[in-house]
Amino acid sequence: MTIAVASGKGGTGKTTIAANMAVSSPEPVKLIDCDVEEPNCHIFINPLIESRKNVGIPVPHADPEKCNACGECGRICQYNAIVALKTQPLVFPELCHGCGGCALVCPTGAITEVDRDIGVVEEGTRGDLLFSQGILNVGEAMAPPLIRAVRRNGQVKSNVIIDAPPGTSCPVVTTISGCDYVVLVTEPTPFGLNDLVLAVEMVRTMKIPFGVVINRSDIGDDAVKKYCRDQDIEILLELPHDRRVAEAYSKGELASESIDELKPLFEDLYVRITAKKN
Amino acid sequence: MKVAVTSKGVTLDAEVDLRFGRAEQFIVFDTETEKYQVVSNSQNLNAAKGAGIQAAETLSRLDVECLISGHCGPNAYRTLNAAGIRIYTGASGKVSDMLKALEAGDLQPAGAADKAGHWV
Repeated sequence: MTIAVASGKGGTGKTTIAANMAVSSPEPVKLIDCDVEEPNCHIFINPLIESRKNVGIPVPHADPEKCNACGECGRICQYNAIVALKTQPLVFPELCHGCGGCALVCPTGAITEVDRDIGVVEEGTRGDLLFSQGILNVGEAMAPPLIRAVRRNGQVKSNVIIDAPPGTSCPVVTTISGCDYVVLVTEPTPFGLNDLVLAVEMVRTMKIPFGVVINRSDIGDDAVKKYCRDQDIEILLELPHDRRVAEAYSKGELASESIDELKPLFEDLYVRITAKKN
Repeated sequence: MKVAVTSKGVTLDAEVDLRFGRAEQFIVFDTETEKYQVVSNSQNLNAAKGAGIQAAETLSRLDVECLISGHCGPNAYRTLNAAGIRIYTGASGKVSDMLKALEAGDLQPAGAADKAGHWV
């Protein structure tokens, strides 16, 4: 079973929920950090990184000897990553999504594809916990191909917990595609609710079963709870605001390992979610 | 010579559109015949990315040799350069005034993009 921990709003506690659930589960799992623009699970997990590989996307390279400047490559490109001028095509690698369409339509075979590095995938362990993460190059905008590479890399039979990027755009959709369950983490504030509603629309559109975790549940107002009740959405867990959790976080420690009474809560959350598989 | 000016309207009296890639339209003026055509840029107004690149390609297809606009980003600059189109940025006011200024030699060609890319 693959469980993604996502949220509309950033900073609600995705990493806290994902990492603590991963170390509190009664069986070994794999934790994947798909928030490739700023992966931070590793700070709390402290994994032993055992392998690292570069991930690239194919971008076109035009051979001036073979190009007849017909312009087909530019016409098929939906992202203006290759533009056909009167002489030679001009390539903008950072706009290229790597679909390969230009090479396919080129009548003279002038276009070959070369890899452009966008980031790395790392695999590691922490005891019997398996860990992997994607790290996108600084300044790079093309997160989804790296996220797909992280998801594909080192597939396992055990259950997988994924720390997703925030928001509801391509990186998140790529991350949760094919997942069996999504945990939406929110906070009981107007911002939390606004972005939760967007995230709920996303998972409902993608037809993925989901539930909500309300973090810092005793701050703010009760609008999130009311929304969940009205929409018939299961609230999986409410975690009250606790200074000790913030202190553990600031030291890079896992709350479930620093605060005794939290571990059973995360274990129970994992058990209840995995029970939904059947 | 064909000169393109980014424009908010469809006549020579119209105001220069300061944007290049997402300009409302181009007024393409032929200095020999003194006639002009209005070229729509609507396909680029809502483009997610690469509007400047597309707009530059449009001008290249029309055999434009010279562009007058308010600003020009890095990708548009690269494309216009590759297409051999001279670029004048910093334009404002009426399209017709800019054409006169060009004819009088009052405009300085841009040596570089004057805006950062918008694609991030």
